[in-house]
Amino acid sequence: MADQAHNAQPSSVDGQTRRDFLLYATSTVGAVGTGLALWPFVQSMNPAADTLALSTTDVDISAIKPGQSVTVVWRGKPVFVRHRLPEEITAAEQAVMADLREAQKDSDRVKKPEWLILVGVCTHLGCVPLGQKPADPRGDFGGWFCPCHGSHYDTSGRIRKGPAPANLPVPPYQFTSDTTVRIG
Amino acid sequence: MSDFKSNNKVVNWVEERLPIFSMMQHSAIDYPTPRNLNYWWNFGSLAAVMLIIMILTGLFLAMNYSSHTSLAFDSVERIMRDVNYGWLLRYLHANGASMFFILVYIHIFRGLYYGSYKSPREILWFVGIAIYLAMMATGFLGYVLPWGQMSFWGATVITNLFSAFPVVGEFIVTLLWGGFSVDNPTLNRFFALHFLVPFVILGLVVVHVWALHTVKSNNPLGIEMKGPQDSIPFHPFYTIKDLFGVALFMMVYLAFVFWAPNFFGEPDNYIPANPMVTPPHIVPEWYYLPFYAILRAFTFDLPFLPAKLQGVLAMFSAILILFALPWLDTSKVRSAKFRPLYRQFFWLFLVNALVLGYVGGKPAEGILVKIGQFCTAYYFAHFLILLPLLGKIEKPKALPASIASPVVKAAALGVMILVGLAGFSGSASANAGGGPELKKPATAFSWEGVFGHYDKAALKRGWQVYHDVCSACHSMRLVSYRNLADIGFTADEIKTIAAEKEVPAEPNDEGVVLNRPARASDRFVSPFPNEKAAQAANGGALPPDLSLMNKARVSGPYYVYSLMLGYEDAAPEGHPIPEGKFFNHYFPGNAISMPQVVNDDIVSYTDGTKATKEQIASDIVTFLNWAAEPELDARKGMGVKVMVFLAVLTALLFALKRQIWKDIH
Repeated sequence: MADQAHNAQPSSVDGQTRRDFLLYATSTVGAVGTGLALWPFVQSMNPAADTLALSTTDVDISAIKPGQSVTVVWRGKPVFVRHRLPEEITAAEQAVMADLREAQKDSDRVKKPEWLILVGVCTHLGCVPLGQKPADPRGDFGGWFCPCHGSHYDTSGRIRKGPAPANLPVPPYQFTSDTTVRIG
Repeated sequence: MSDFKSNNKVVNWVEERLPIFSMMQHSAIDYPTPRNLNYWWNFGSLAAVMLIIMILTGLFLAMNYSSHTSLAFDSVERIMRDVNYGWLLRYLHANGASMFFILVYIHIFRGLYYGSYKSPREILWFVGIAIYLAMMATGFLGYVLPWGQMSFWGATVITNLFSAFPVVGEFIVTLLWGGFSVDNPTLNRFFALHFLVPFVILGLVVVHVWALHTVKSNNPLGIEMKGPQDSIPFHPFYTIKDLFGVALFMMVYLAFVFWAPNFFGEPDNYIPANPMVTPPHIVPEWYYLPFYAILRAFTFDLPFLPAKLQGVLAMFSAILILFALPWLDTSKVRSAKFRPLYRQFFWLFLVNALVLGYVGGKPAEGILVKIGQFCTAYYFAHFLILLPLLGKIEKPKALPASIASPVVKAAALGVMILVGLAGFSGSASANAGGGPELKKPATAFSWEGVFGHYDKAALKRGWQVYHDVCSACHSMRLVSYRNLADIGFTADEIKTIAAEKEVPAEPNDEGVVLNRPARASDRFVSPFPNEKAAQAANGGALPPDLSLMNKARVSGPYYVYSLMLGYEDAAPEGHPIPEGKFFNHYFPGNAISMPQVVNDDIVSYTDGTKATKEQIASDIVTFLNWAAEPELDARKGMGVKVMVFLAVLTALLFALKRQIWKDIH
């Protein structure tokens, strides 16, 4: 535009160029500033410092007998701690990888084979699967069954049947002693 | 419908179905505006920008606020301490309220000076008053939400205004409260209403602009536009001028947000609401002070009209009388520029309003009561006597033939701003005063000044004093152990510090609640299990929580510093103090329950600093200031960057504005 003005009206070229330059510079700086000003608003919706500080949970596992499960709260979500029976471990380890929707070896999902620790939130749409209590249905693969939309998880918490796309996630955890686990 | 045509097919498709582009073209671009508007005409658009900022910040604050009496105060402090940029949102919102009123007051006084309320702009003026009333309601409702002492007692006093009305008064007050005092139901509904009314304001603003675009802007000459030579299109001339004004204003506004965020606030509001104790001197927010002075000016009962009712009626009338202004002012001339007498009385009225504001912020004592009464009388006389008379007796100067002929410049600009600021700072510092002049440390506190930031070594020493000495009696319940990372402790050190104390654990499998060591995520564990225990262990006096001490007292850091060093071994002659109390020069009433604690060498600093009592007092004040304002370093750091940015933007806008306007002036 400045070039056209230059050809047509040489006398006003300085004014026109100056005005264009100022307009683009001001608009750019103003747009950048507005963008930056929005950042704190968006960021304020992310987890606050006190929320982040509550991100570990200690679990005493000494009282959990083989075959039993407990549910603990970590970051506001249920975490399943299951003391697996030998046959459950065997079933989990012998699953054929080709049958799995998300292929993962059982040994990659546990630190000690008898202790399976999972985030108990169905990867389909966030319901809590059944299977923690003795009377609960555990689905076709002896793990967990999500009643909302019928997803079946095996004894390693892997998705085997139903609409869920992925295995139940394993949270970060470590054994702080023989009888306690710190999740988070 | 319209002759709007674009080359863009999509635009035309939309335009035929919803004429939004022609409306924009008509109202925001081509809209004819007087060519001679001065900078006083910027304040309307500034107020609109401010309204948007208030709604935005308010929305995001509401996402983190809890409107329950047991949670409200702490949820606000959580916003200040834990929510990402929460301190920024809250300070933008709190200072934004004051800025909004400053802008609107200037906007109103501009209307008064230039006669913008006169025919044919009466409805425009009415809608403006409605916006102002809605703003006052919103400001009051919002001030209750933090649930501090001023929130609670402000709510109590203002709702009690309605009890003045005969017969229905008590009924109305109970209805407002939803109980027998200001309490949880009140807070809940105030939050709901505080969320609603700003959108009502937004709707009123649309009507205000609609009315404006129907009758067009008034201007400094107060004569109508007579043809195209008198007007210029709104865009680009006033869009750029308004934007330049916005950038300038942002610098003023943000200077408060980043460097004096509590300038307009009351220290008492950093003390949680206590329905059993009224603060010694309660004042409303500064923007209500003139009306508060009018409320208090009536002290004599009349038959059927007790003083209380007179005051309440006068206060409401003081605003409602503005609705009658277009008819009370009998002069046909609009602008005070051509009204030599009115111009004088305009300034007298402004000064009178500022004096009323000053009186409203002071205790109702002595000569101030009389001054308040005189100014109240003058306020109403201005409308009811002076304005009707002036129109009859004043001989206006000759009006120019058209806007295009004279060149008009803004006048008295600096004077008005100075007078205004003097009035504001007068009322803001109204309840300082009293008590001896506070001590100051030999070297200024590290965090003071534009670039100030906390001295980490002083913070660590202050923590040591708090930990070894103060924390035996004083709680600090809003600070968590994890926060100590800010002052330079490592995660392992914090773990060790936290583990010194115990807190109740979750019930175990048998349902028994045992104690566990405190963790980094826990708040500082209080020395006493509850307030009663704290009182019992301290001779009946409750050692106050120290989390917000530096913000909860006037000139907090200096007050605490002086208090630490202000003890006398024996009470001076003529100042008897009760048994079990100690004499302190700076404590209100001089009799304090806390003994002198700060002495040379009460702690032995690990960093080898000599522990003089001045050093100890300075360090503990530094630590307390960090506890009260942990965001300070981030706040001032961001402030410097934002100001540099705004300076560049303002300079660019100014240059662009000059370029665009160069053929108009």
